[in-house]
Amino acid sequence: MYDVAVIGGGVIGTSIARELSKYRLKCVLIEKTNDVANGTSKANSAIVHAGYDAPYNTLKGQYNKLGSDLYEQLCLDLDVHYKRVGSFVLAFEDEDYKVLNLLKDNGEKLGIKGLSIVDRTFILSKEPNITPEVIGGLYAPSAAITDPFGLTVAMMENAMDNGVDLMMNFPVNEINREKEYYNILSGDNRIQAKYIVNAAGVYADEILKMVDSESTFKIRPRRGQYYLLDKSADGLVNSVIFQCPGKKGKGVVVAPTVDGNVLIGPTSEDLEDKNGIETTKVGLDDVKVSASKAIENIPFYENITTFAGLRAESNLDDFLIGPYHETFYNVAGIKSPGLSAAPAIAEKVSKDIAEYFKAERNLHYNPKRSYVKAFMSMTLEEKNNMIEENPMYGNVICRCEQITEGEIVESIHRNCGGRTVNGIKRRIRPGAGRCQGGFCMPKVIEILSRELNIPQEEIVKENQGSYILTGRTKAGATCTTL
Amino acid sequence: MYDIIVIGGGPAGLAAAIEAKKQGIEKILLLERDEELGGILQQCIHNGFGLHVFKEELTGPEYAQRFMNTFHDLNIAYALNTMVMEITPEKEVHIVNDQGYQILKAKAIILAMGCRERTRGAIAIPGKRPSGILTAGTAQRYLNIEGYMVGKEVMILGSGDIGLIMARRMTLEGAHVKGVCELMPHSNGLTRNIVQCLDDFDIPLQLSTTIVDILGEERLTGVVTAQVDEHYNIIKGTEKEISCDTLLLSIGLIPENELSKKAEILLDSKTKGPIVNEQLQTSQEGIFACGNVVHVHDLVDYVTEEAENAGRAAAHYLKDIKKSKKPIEIKPETGVVYTVPQHLDYISDQVKILFRVNSVFKHHQIVIKSDDQILKTIKKNHMAPGEMMHIYLKREELEACESKLSISIGEL
Repeated sequence: MYDVAVIGGGVIGTSIARELSKYRLKCVLIEKTNDVANGTSKANSAIVHAGYDAPYNTLKGQYNKLGSDLYEQLCLDLDVHYKRVGSFVLAFEDEDYKVLNLLKDNGEKLGIKGLSIVDRTFILSKEPNITPEVIGGLYAPSAAITDPFGLTVAMMENAMDNGVDLMMNFPVNEINREKEYYNILSGDNRIQAKYIVNAAGVYADEILKMVDSESTFKIRPRRGQYYLLDKSADGLVNSVIFQCPGKKGKGVVVAPTVDGNVLIGPTSEDLEDKNGIETTKVGLDDVKVSASKAIENIPFYENITTFAGLRAESNLDDFLIGPYHETFYNVAGIKSPGLSAAPAIAEKVSKDIAEYFKAERNLHYNPKRSYVKAFMSMTLEEKNNMIEENPMYGNVICRCEQITEGEIVESIHRNCGGRTVNGIKRRIRPGAGRCQGGFCMPKVIEILSRELNIPQEEIVKENQGSYILTGRTKAGATCTTL
Repeated sequence: MYDIIVIGGGPAGLAAAIEAKKQGIEKILLLERDEELGGILQQCIHNGFGLHVFKEELTGPEYAQRFMNTFHDLNIAYALNTMVMEITPEKEVHIVNDQGYQILKAKAIILAMGCRERTRGAIAIPGKRPSGILTAGTAQRYLNIEGYMVGKEVMILGSGDIGLIMARRMTLEGAHVKGVCELMPHSNGLTRNIVQCLDDFDIPLQLSTTIVDILGEERLTGVVTAQVDEHYNIIKGTEKEISCDTLLLSIGLIPENELSKKAEILLDSKTKGPIVNEQLQTSQEGIFACGNVVHVHDLVDYVTEEAENAGRAAAHYLKDIKKSKKPIEIKPETGVVYTVPQHLDYISDQVKILFRVNSVFKHHQIVIKSDDQILKTIKKNHMAPGEMMHIYLKREELEACESKLSISIGEL
């Protein structure tokens, strides 16, 4: 019997799980798929917004500001990439200044520091690739970029280090409330918990319906499509570039990533289909046209992948955060700026729950987690010591991102370790480079197979069913392999 | 300090190292990232290699083995499972293997890293992102090296040679290859591969056709094809859904020049390889390049020829053999995408200039101009982007040229 079951392994669910591990509570995180960070958390703009955008009197605005303040220390504690690169909202017409001033006022009401309306010269000195038609902008020095899947994995890993259980491949299809606890069912499997946190992302409305058939809360996913450019495009922008929302729509973001790529998107398309993560030609073309209004000569020929993610837009304007009743807590409709707000939301939710349980502090709680040290970031001496200690560090598997076998193996054998090809990619980056796994995927599959002791045919790319190999060749079948 | 470090143990690296050794260079080291020499040839188990070099038809591994035998006979040093992480303009080579991370120094370097395949992202095919979408070369590695099949019902996008070869290979392993789509109105593969890999197995080749959507949540369940007009725009109403569990991409190769960039070598935006002179020397003195790292070749036989030239040139560089200097720029003009070399630095008895055309030309002529005056024209019945063209220039023609040559395609 668990005290608390958190449903959903995105950045929200895992952040809450980690915060809950500060208390003496027996917690489990339940995830539908075979990995955390497998929905919206793996496909978003990777921005920690400064927080001036959402109205100051909303949860979105307040948690964005609070979250943004927590991020730097959090990423230090969890050994996750974080870079405070600042952001610009660009103005192209005099009218845009009205919007910029509104944003600035709103941000100042929330206590965001450093916001300033800047002129064209300032912008072009910082961002020489922005079109000369720009007339000014709103500069927010506190905006940052991070690694959303790295952060989600880190949250879960640290939560597990502090005693939280992780139950994957557990799509919840029924919740039954007993007197003192809930039965959470997935087919024939059952988890019992006294308290449920609903952090199920785009499926949070369905989870809520399992305990309240009358609920009118509804999530309609909003799709965002993106281009991701090769590292050779690094330097195209130095900070996060927004366009002033206006008559012509909101415009897309051009942002650097913590790994040195350039991310361009998203579109904003309301869907009914919660599986609708396909990209479309129309959507991708829109991104190109919109981004090109802000930045000249974007090297789209350096594109290495396109993808789409779904924001959990609901029929409410704001986030839905709070107890539905005394033992069921909604953290739902966490659309943008959800990633930025996650740490602050998690603090609030876990405090409320700890209060409910009158839980004591977990004295063994350790907020720190150190990640697999990137071989290429080591000094020459460290590299050689590492290889001497473990020769697998001398075997470079991913030539584009320069990732060694040692790092891959280490990313498998830790709490919340990688189990799939994309899981490994999101943790340690083999296959995230320009060849997109063309050279390293066979080796990554071989390593996963060896380390997890399962046949190569059973290794999947992403979710269950995304198998890569269909059997042995005629010659392969006659070979004896492990 | 090495005389020459060769980076890459495929056909280019092997031939370059062998030739340099034959020229009397002693301290040569060849570095290979894989666990064996031979490069991509080891996974090319089909025949058709060696017709020019050996006047016989060999498989890829057989072709590689002949060079490996000579290489070993000459006792040239090499290191396997060794990745080069960086080359500096000062000709320091950073390597890593299970012995550690070392920085080696060389008087000359020969780049022979080959190329990589373009991926789905390069052409931004929209749709879902299921498993079952592979580049043809990755699939080839799975089948021929690892011994695994990658699918049962197969579509192929792009008529590059690896795609054609894999159409046949997958068929022989029991898969159903439903068709090959090619965006261009002509195939990019060798004619013999169209005949032997598609026609002989009744695999349809659909020209002016591309893939506009990818279907399937987890594993690929199908693709949507559509025809394109002469501007490569999709013709509405021609969309067709084809069920398949595998999509192989054979949509082009890109020279792999991440190391060249670190060595601050100038690259050609068209070839995506280093700009070289007739000695295959890059913009960094003493760093040479050959094979698919310079530009993508049609046949390995031509890689071998180019690599031998690079090996010889590197040896001459080390021996400081004096040549008469004469810089001549070579410009690709109408109808020509690029030339290799891109410029000449020295006068020799004869120089071979390779180039690619930008579309199919029937009954046209190659026009070579020297300082804007027509030097000569060469009639050609057939030229296509998939077939590398070449011309020879003789000593007297080079001596007569002031500073600029150009190659273009003209009507007869």
